[in-house]
Amino acid sequence: MNLRVIKAGMLTTVQDRGRWGLQSRGVPVAGPMDPVSHRLANALVGNHADAAALEITLLGPELEFEVERVIAVAGADFDMTLDNKPVVMNAPFIVSAESRLRFGARRLGARAYLAIAGGIAIPPTLGSRATHLISALGGFEGRALRAGDVLPLGDPAHAPRRTAPALTESLVPLPDRHARIRVLPGPQLDYFEPGALDLLQSEPYVVGQNSDRMGFRLSGPRLPHARGADIISDATPLGVLQVPASGQPILLMADRQTSGGYPKIATVISADISVAGQLGPGDTIQFAVCDMREAMAALIAQERALMAIETLDT
Amino acid sequence: MTDAGGFRIVAAGDSALVVEFEERIDPVVNARTVAFADAVQAATLSGVRDVVPSYRSVAIYFDPLRTAYDALVTTLETEASRQVPETQGSAAPIRIPVCYGGEFGPDLPQVAAFAKTTEDEVVRIHASATYRVFMVGFVAGFAYLGIVDERIAMPRHSTPRLRVPLGTVGIAGVQTGIYPAETPGGWQLIGRTPVKPFDASRAEPFLMKAGDAVQFYAIDRSEFDNSEFDNHQSPITNRQ
Repeated sequence: MNLRVIKAGMLTTVQDRGRWGLQSRGVPVAGPMDPVSHRLANALVGNHADAAALEITLLGPELEFEVERVIAVAGADFDMTLDNKPVVMNAPFIVSAESRLRFGARRLGARAYLAIAGGIAIPPTLGSRATHLISALGGFEGRALRAGDVLPLGDPAHAPRRTAPALTESLVPLPDRHARIRVLPGPQLDYFEPGALDLLQSEPYVVGQNSDRMGFRLSGPRLPHARGADIISDATPLGVLQVPASGQPILLMADRQTSGGYPKIATVISADISVAGQLGPGDTIQFAVCDMREAMAALIAQERALMAIETLDT
Repeated sequence: MTDAGGFRIVAAGDSALVVEFEERIDPVVNARTVAFADAVQAATLSGVRDVVPSYRSVAIYFDPLRTAYDALVTTLETEASRQVPETQGSAAPIRIPVCYGGEFGPDLPQVAAFAKTTEDEVVRIHASATYRVFMVGFVAGFAYLGIVDERIAMPRHSTPRLRVPLGTVGIAGVQTGIYPAETPGGWQLIGRTPVKPFDASRAEPFLMKAGDAVQFYAIDRSEFDNSEFDNHQSPITNRQ
């Protein structure tokens, strides 16, 4: 009942929904960079939304399945073959025992999610199977997968639902190297000059080369502080834009630290986190301030689309 | 926010609220912060994913689609308005052994020079205080302890070290702490403890939490090497 890694790809990690509830002890949440596609992949194979799946980054892996399973891949648009025959994204399909899944060219997006009916059955660490790379916590030995790794698979009988039919396209609008990302002001807008929020929206920011699962270092219009670049350290939410003394913001993502000491000018709305998670180094972001009503409307629309797939009775 | 009862609630995006108390690093403000976080945690409100206290504020993370927002805000306002009892921190301090100086504390000579005193005196000062855990953050199990005596409160290095070993004890201004994993770090390194602040495989993975009291005591190198501090058991056994 195993999955064998033949080639690891650039950065392939085990992720469930994340290690929530322990940030007060300094334990980062981790979890998928694109939570919507992670959830979609699990829904397509009938898994619970919190089942552990693989997050695949930029360059995909080659995998061998020891046993027959229903699997699905969602998120970044990759060419894939199963025993040299093409298979499609956003649809469940059967892999037979000893079959090989190969990821090929990537057209759009940065991260894909491979879910397997029954999930990946590595033992949880502090209640979660999510991999946090910097602290080497959780997932498969706390690290990205390597060639030769063997991952135990869960029992598909424990997957609570039947599989869903194929989608015609990704639920997350995959960015073509550029995305419009909506933010809500704060929590520390008062640490910036009055025009800083306009500057944030004035032209696109470039995602830096040294960006990773922890955060995206952005370069673009400099955001001027009004009261210095130090705050008394406090909690750092997912999607927050913290601004060190350089005035260049850092967008905090899945593997972010639990706390930080830089002022935070704005926070990406929950509905746009997944789009941000589909960006890679060199891609650009146009930020747009919105209000809570728009943020919630977008989140509700996203939730409806996901629940429609999760509750399908085929 | 001028009176002692002051607080404000700030949104951090659509799925977090931050309750801020007075903007200063102060044991009384922090006691109020931690008591508030404990109360919100104990209320087990539906939709709340995580309650995270720091020096003077508490972040409440919630699922906006599964949370009664107005009821949440009302609860936060009620709890934040509560008076904190004067009698705080009656629990016995957690005592942590440290082998100071030498290869474990490469910055001890510089801290002594900063304090214009001897290394032994720096150790005596560091080990004579009872510290408060103001918050836990940065990495799993990293407790920010204070307040360090001003004489030895040397600022952090301008360029952080790339690797600080597990268990290293450092000073950064009025803060002190123990590195719970090998990470980069800019603090002034004065010693090392054989006790692990964090061990995911231990029954109680975390040695310290916000609000705890902590004392350090000096051990020598042979005690460090032969230490029987059982890191596989609950760190409660290290409490006195």
